[in-house]
Amino acid sequence: MEWNITGGRPVYLQLIEQLQLAIVTGVLPAGARVPPVRELAGEAGVNPNTMQKALQELESRGLMQTQRTAGRTVTGDTARLEALRRQQAEVYAGEFLQKMQALGLTPQQVQDLLHRMSEQKGERNV
Amino acid sequence: MSELYQVSALTKFYGAKAALNDVTFGVEPGRLVGLLGPNGSGKTTLLKISAGLLQATSGQVLIDGQEPGSYTKAVTAFLPDRMALPTEYRVQDAVAFYRDFFSDFDTAKAHAMLADLKLEPSQRIGAMSKGTQEKLQLCLTMGRQARLYLLDEPLGGVDPAAREYILRTILCNYNEDAAVVISTHLIEDVETALDEVLLLKDGALLAHKNADELREESGKSLNEYFREVFRC
Repeated sequence: MEWNITGGRPVYLQLIEQLQLAIVTGVLPAGARVPPVRELAGEAGVNPNTMQKALQELESRGLMQTQRTAGRTVTGDTARLEALRRQQAEVYAGEFLQKMQALGLTPQQVQDLLHRMSEQKGERNV
Repeated sequence: MSELYQVSALTKFYGAKAALNDVTFGVEPGRLVGLLGPNGSGKTTLLKISAGLLQATSGQVLIDGQEPGSYTKAVTAFLPDRMALPTEYRVQDAVAFYRDFFSDFDTAKAHAMLADLKLEPSQRIGAMSKGTQEKLQLCLTMGRQARLYLLDEPLGGVDPAAREYILRTILCNYNEDAAVVISTHLIEDVETALDEVLLLKDGALLAHKNADELREESGKSLNEYFREVFRC
């Protein structure tokens, strides 16, 4: 997994965000085994206690679960994952809209821009 | 949880100058604690007293419930801030020395770390650069399965690439019932690895806080916070 942890904000919050992103983008797919705490902590260059705290938070959000036999796994609850994906999309959309507003674009102009861009992208992919 | 490493009202005078002044804190097992403070704030004195190399003027240190002595030395791995091994030793001699001296020393693990950091068994300590000497001492210290690791400036003379390796080595090598105390002024390098910070200023304990709580309260990184508190 790719990690980008900085000192400016609480580390466990950054871990939660990046783990959630890994789940919605399929780096940690539904039902997958989550690597051991120490391995993840070593990868991210963070304290195992902090990593543990982040993983526990994801469990309490229903995104992971610990089973006695299988260890820690990503939830197989597709509705829950879809909700998380939507939530993430809304965060990105919010950020995007803020930037467009800062550039002085009206909502209609933003919509037109998005239509044109997605059509262009569609043509390129054909 | 009971505290593995307890310091109570610890005071140390060098002549009339107080190097440590009434310092009290406790560290639980499993924690990685940064001991932060500017030069001359008492970091090394605190670690040396805890390692049983200096006598306190007053106050007490308890490691696993015992005062510094042969028991605590057997369960504490101390990394001094300067080369403490004879310079005529070669790497292999130093490894043999640690193996004979410490029953918790894992020779295979130490060799693996030495190989990762590209230290040859036949290299002589006296012929090594300062950074290489530090790497050797760190491999020896982390090669022990201690309860408490006291690391005095483990990163100071080491290049950035090796720093990252060393930090990861520390993070992956201590077990859940051990604790690590790292003194450093290279806060940026250890920033994300720390659980807790101890801030020392002129021998007094300014703060003992959870690292994430400190970030949340101050809205700053530990590094920025440190610069602000200790601005000259």
